Amino acid sequence: MKKEISFLLNSERRTIDVSASEILLEVLRDRLGLNSPKCGCDRGDCGTCSVMINGKTVRSCLILAIEVEDQEVVTLEGMMQSGLTPLQESFLKHNSFQCGFCAPGVILSTTELLAKNPHPDKEEIQEAIAGNLCRCTGYSPIIDAVIDLVK
Amino acid sequence: MDEYKFVGKSSVRVDGKVKISGAAQFIDDLDFGPNLLYAEVVESKFAHAIINSIDISEAEKIPGVVKIVTGKDFPFRFGLYMHDRYIFAQDRVRFVGEQVAAVIARDAVTAKAAAKLVKVDYTELTPVLSVQQALGDSPFLIHPDLKDYHHVPWFFPQTNSNVAHLRKVRNGNVEEAFADSDFVLDDVYTVPRYAHCALEVHGAVGLLDHSGRLTVWTASQSPHTQRHLFAEALAPLGFQHKDVRVITPFIGGGFGGKAGVSMEILGAALATKVKGNPVKILWSRAQEFYNTYQRQGVVARLKVGVKNDGTITALEHTLYWDAGAYVEYGANVVNAAGLSATGPYRIPNIKIDSYCVYTNLPPGGPYRGFGYSEFLFGLESHINELAKKIKMDPVEFRKKNAIREGDRLTYGSKMNPNGLMEAIDKVAKEIEWGKKETSSDPNKVIGKGFSLFWKAPAMPPNASSSAFLKFNEDASLNILVSGMEIGQGYLTVLAQIAAEVLSVPVEKIRVETPDTDRNPYEWQTVASHVTWGCGNAVKQAAEDAREQIFDLIERAKGKKRDELYLEDECVRSKVEKDFSLPLKNFIISGIQKEDGTFRGGPIIGRGMFMPEFASALSDPETSQGGHPNVHYTVGAAAVKIEVDKQTGKVKIPKVVLAVDCGKAINPDLVNGQITGGILQGIATVLYEDMRFDNKGKLINANFSDYKIPTAMDIPDEVVPIIIEVAQPDGPYGARGMGEHTMIPAAPIIANAVEDALGIRIKSMPITAEKIALAVKNRNEN
Repeated sequence: MKKEISFLLNSERRTIDVSASEILLEVLRDRLGLNSPKCGCDRGDCGTCSVMINGKTVRSCLILAIEVEDQEVVTLEGMMQSGLTPLQESFLKHNSFQCGFCAPGVILSTTELLAKNPHPDKEEIQEAIAGNLCRCTGYSPIIDAVIDLVK
Repeated sequence: MDEYKFVGKSSVRVDGKVKISGAAQFIDDLDFGPNLLYAEVVESKFAHAIINSIDISEAEKIPGVVKIVTGKDFPFRFGLYMHDRYIFAQDRVRFVGEQVAAVIARDAVTAKAAAKLVKVDYTELTPVLSVQQALGDSPFLIHPDLKDYHHVPWFFPQTNSNVAHLRKVRNGNVEEAFADSDFVLDDVYTVPRYAHCALEVHGAVGLLDHSGRLTVWTASQSPHTQRHLFAEALAPLGFQHKDVRVITPFIGGGFGGKAGVSMEILGAALATKVKGNPVKILWSRAQEFYNTYQRQGVVARLKVGVKNDGTITALEHTLYWDAGAYVEYGANVVNAAGLSATGPYRIPNIKIDSYCVYTNLPPGGPYRGFGYSEFLFGLESHINELAKKIKMDPVEFRKKNAIREGDRLTYGSKMNPNGLMEAIDKVAKEIEWGKKETSSDPNKVIGKGFSLFWKAPAMPPNASSSAFLKFNEDASLNILVSGMEIGQGYLTVLAQIAAEVLSVPVEKIRVETPDTDRNPYEWQTVASHVTWGCGNAVKQAAEDAREQIFDLIERAKGKKRDELYLEDECVRSKVEKDFSLPLKNFIISGIQKEDGTFRGGPIIGRGMFMPEFASALSDPETSQGGHPNVHYTVGAAAVKIEVDKQTGKVKIPKVVLAVDCGKAINPDLVNGQITGGILQGIATVLYEDMRFDNKGKLINANFSDYKIPTAMDIPDEVVPIIIEVAQPDGPYGARGMGEHTMIPAAPIIANAVEDALGIRIKSMPITAEKIALAVKNRNEN
């Protein structure tokens, strides 16, 4: 059974038929061609599938596609419509990522943090990215880049 | 003092922008078109069983199923260092989760559903789940045909046993030395298995086109080694190396787990059964845990003798490695650890036995540190205990015995130049060694722990690297190599090396992940060797290009080549101040003569590197005579912990790690390896641990039950210290350091726990529970 859903994806109204069991992550990647959200664990543990729904970071591997009907979904691709954000520039400058697999999710989580709290301290940054696993960096180059930007 | 313009600078990563923009493509991001098929494996339920029959009749009936394959389709034995595994299990299974068959279908859901309908009839055998069981009296043989297995000449399988390889090292006379010692300490240390937990799972897509060419896209650290093993394993089907092509996009972390060949063989093999269709196989997170290489567990018995003046006299180190069901890669971990199990110490009398033991647990293999983390836990714990027995400061004790340049290594060669003493002194100063600290909380105590570390690249003696370098019209350039960017920053470092030789800025250099058809040979991106090995190849390729440029200027412009040099993307002359010819004016198009003809043509550099002094040939009884390791990278680390006496919880206010990387081509990236590696190491000490049930099934194959560190779990402060004592044969003096940052984590924490509480914990992990129980037991006794 398919259902037509319509939602705002990276500022563009998209309409697509989905079945009741389709996962948002799969729909974004396999049917809409947006590859920045990744599948790292498929059970909400790792945060690599992060996207924003109505400005809030969520794990798209745990969300059914039909749930985003009439919502606003933003992936990392949608955040760069006027180039890299200052936050991304800071990550670049600090060599904050190594393999880069977690980067899209971390960037979304920290973007959400700064939207709510423009001057977070170290602990608030740690808390904001606690749901985004990174196996390479030891996190401090990520935290340093955010601190450098907001200081 | 720094004469370099690009080397030694913290350039921004050349792969930075592609990664922070989400544009970097990993294997599951590639598009293979509407013809793509999906494969799902049928897995063994048992750790050890005979396969009686496989019934695929029900599965075949499912619409959308294209092909079902079993072991019968691929009766070929293969492996990296020892041919002891099959593409699919043949007559028996040897670990829970082993692939027995695969279903290929039009979509992933169908493949998964049909795989559940494949019926395998087994006769269960007694599983061998520990080294003790594997080595006991008349053990059940996991590989009865071991004696027939092809293997590299430096392995010594013990027939009629579960010992796939035994590395023995002998020098001096340990018995006499123990008798002459003032104190001898004997103990046993155990380390469990660990998982790499790269955030990207393993995956492969294979395509055999109708012309007979096999292309395999893999998430891999080892594209050329994969091509070689695919070609070798599938040779009975008529493949030559030229028919096999491996393409490796970015990989989401490796840590050794994506070295060699693990599940990727399935992508190559399955493609041969569905000609003309690409077929994708992607591991789930659970499969990532139980059917890729795991870090091997070890039980290590250690006996060390010492004189009252602090001189270490003798070491006897017996290591029993739980290498799992197949050891085609893991046996070399055992070998490497055996050759270096003295740690970075000068010890005149040694006896080392490193046993590679088959068990019915998943295959062991390479993991960042390659055996050194495992033996260093016991060794550096032991060193502290010895210092305590002879009432010597543990740092002084280490300095007294630390290896120095020119000292004899276990196998007889001489130790390379190194900055170990400098590392020890700087770490001791930074951690304020000797300064006792007390916590403001009466329930908590503060302790400090110290450790040295060392590691050599473990590679075949002829492991080699090569590089092509080609200029573009604007004098920007592309470097073609086949090492893998696994996050460490390798592409950036190579660009910096070429930039230094050719005076072309890093921003004008493109280095990308390889395609074995286009990019020249590289052995593997493992062993912390690519900056050294491939860096040498790239430096040579850049110098080759530079010499071609000078040749051309000499020929076309009549300048003496000795007077020429490169600066700011121009050829300049030491004698003619006004002569400055931009590279872009001739690097592709050549130089025009007065008669209208041209000289030159596109400049292409070529470089290669093989350590021609290395040799794995030695006496199997003593390991004396060869030169198996090219060099050692050394360093020191220390930690300050605050531990809660009631809960056992450890907090880390500060950790310091100094590593001698010879020359930091990019200091920021070196520091990145230190902050990342030390946290990965700390997690193995404090909480990570693979748990198996009594049937050999892994019970914590996910991130909820196998917890890896989050941003909340980091030390308050990490102080990286770079030591630079040049490696004579390294590019600009560089040697590797990526793995080393993880190695000392276990002993620094074990020693700090002992310092804080007076309790010596001899088994990893050192969980809060274990500490709390040890405190309780001590208080009760």
